[in-house]
Amino acid sequence: MKWLSVRWLTVYAVVYMIFLYAPVILLPLFAFNTSTIIAFPLSGFTTEWFVGLWYTETLHTALGNSMIVGLTTAVLSTLLGAFAARASARFVFPGKTGIVGLIMLPLVLPEIIVAVALLVMLNQLGMPLSLWTVVGGHVLICTPFSIAILSSAYRGLDRELEEASFDLGESRWGTFRRVTLPLVLPGVISSLLITFTISLDEFIIAFFLTGTDVTLPVYIWSQLRFPAKLPSVMALGTLLLAVSVLLLIAAEALRRRSAARQGVDTTLAGV
Amino acid sequence: MAWRFDREAVQGLRLISPTFAYVLVMLAAPLLMVITFSFWTQDYLTIDMTPTLDNYREAWTKPIYQVLMWRSLKISLIVTAVTVILAFPIAYFLSFHVQKRKALWLFLITVPFWTSYLLRVFLWKVILGYNGVFNTTLMGLGFIEEPLTFILYNLNAVVITLAHAWAPFAILPIFVALEKIDRSLLEAATDLGDSPMRRFFRITLPLAMPGIVASTLIVLIPTVGDFITPRLVGGTDGLMISNMIQIQFGKANNAPLGAALAVSAMVVIGLISAAIFFGGKKLGGRVR
Repeated sequence: MKWLSVRWLTVYAVVYMIFLYAPVILLPLFAFNTSTIIAFPLSGFTTEWFVGLWYTETLHTALGNSMIVGLTTAVLSTLLGAFAARASARFVFPGKTGIVGLIMLPLVLPEIIVAVALLVMLNQLGMPLSLWTVVGGHVLICTPFSIAILSSAYRGLDRELEEASFDLGESRWGTFRRVTLPLVLPGVISSLLITFTISLDEFIIAFFLTGTDVTLPVYIWSQLRFPAKLPSVMALGTLLLAVSVLLLIAAEALRRRSAARQGVDTTLAGV
Repeated sequence: MAWRFDREAVQGLRLISPTFAYVLVMLAAPLLMVITFSFWTQDYLTIDMTPTLDNYREAWTKPIYQVLMWRSLKISLIVTAVTVILAFPIAYFLSFHVQKRKALWLFLITVPFWTSYLLRVFLWKVILGYNGVFNTTLMGLGFIEEPLTFILYNLNAVVITLAHAWAPFAILPIFVALEKIDRSLLEAATDLGDSPMRRFFRITLPLAMPGIVASTLIVLIPTVGDFITPRLVGGTDGLMISNMIQIQFGKANNAPLGAALAVSAMVVIGLISAAIFFGGKKLGGRVR
């Protein structure tokens, strides 16, 4: 069992991390490189590609569209996720496994199937493609993620706290606002951030369901065809990565705070 | 008690109903529609609603679709095997050898996943290309004289890129399964004289099996549906069935045939997934 020894595993872990980070490290390298050709050796340092982004109208439109789609998706999928997570964590009801299974299905369904199915339905109903059809698809695939995050928040919720609140004369709404919500709020915010991040980067569904208004990934896809545009795409990607990582750190910190508040093990909850 | 259960059931159902309704309208209905659609035919813009098996006949007998279907299956299975086998030692390392910074390691593993997917695929092209980072590094170090050409625009590139894209999804379920293993079982085995090898194959591996099966399915199913990676780094020999589905819905303007291809791919992958799921259940889960 030499290959399971600490030393070999550590070496392996380091090599694996290099593999994982290889493309990620190249992104900022080429974003700050003066040459328009994406290849080594690097020719010099520049920030012109980032400055260029500031003056690209089409990019701003795409960014605006992605914001609309991302924010709407985050709110809707977190709302739908909260209902489902609460129901499955708190109540026993007939058909639960089947219903929850169907809701979680998009997690294992190839995205192209979801996209194509929605496209066929919209065409049959004669509904035009727009940002809202993209939102419709994104909510579908983001809700399972929201449920996974919120389930751990609800499972840690002590039922007796709510019962105590009722016994002390608090109304249903008052209990929700003053007991339940504060306890699950970090989970809710974490879910909003994660679903927003997923929507921001989602391409396949947006590619099939977008009309004339493109989202950011669809815009990036169109730019990949033009070699001269590549450095600015690298700059854009670098910014997107920075934003995503910041959002994730925030989401993770909140999730842990919520878990710690409820005394749940922080390393495993939500995975 | 019965009354209490009834009230609880009603409350639970009422609470989950908005989400359930959404999924019925936006997932179940479209899936049923795509299945129905696959039995229809299309002539330019008009849809003929007479039920027919023609699309399926074409999807299953025409050489081009057969080739693509087989290749997709092959690529997806290879990708899954490579990804899960590469992921296992990392998950094992995290679970058994990292003491304090587990959360940090998990976070670091997921960060690359949040780089725009399109750009990650594109950057693999930059790494693996003829004048790419990989070739220039190897030549610079004097390992090779000529750039390697077998790494881009073929199956290898697709496998590498997808193994990279799905890494966190493969690592996490295995890690969770390994974390759940009661360490006293391993101590007991050592005390009773089991060698590390025996201990690994008779305790750790069977108990990690649910995680391995989960990560296998999480990687296998979506990779069949990917068309970006094959399109960007696959070359002509790396194109997969999803590329054809996309073409049928786009340029070829034959949505019913595209639907039939999509349904066929889904059925095939569903059957394979079921086989893996039940096979895994048989293999693992308890200590022998």
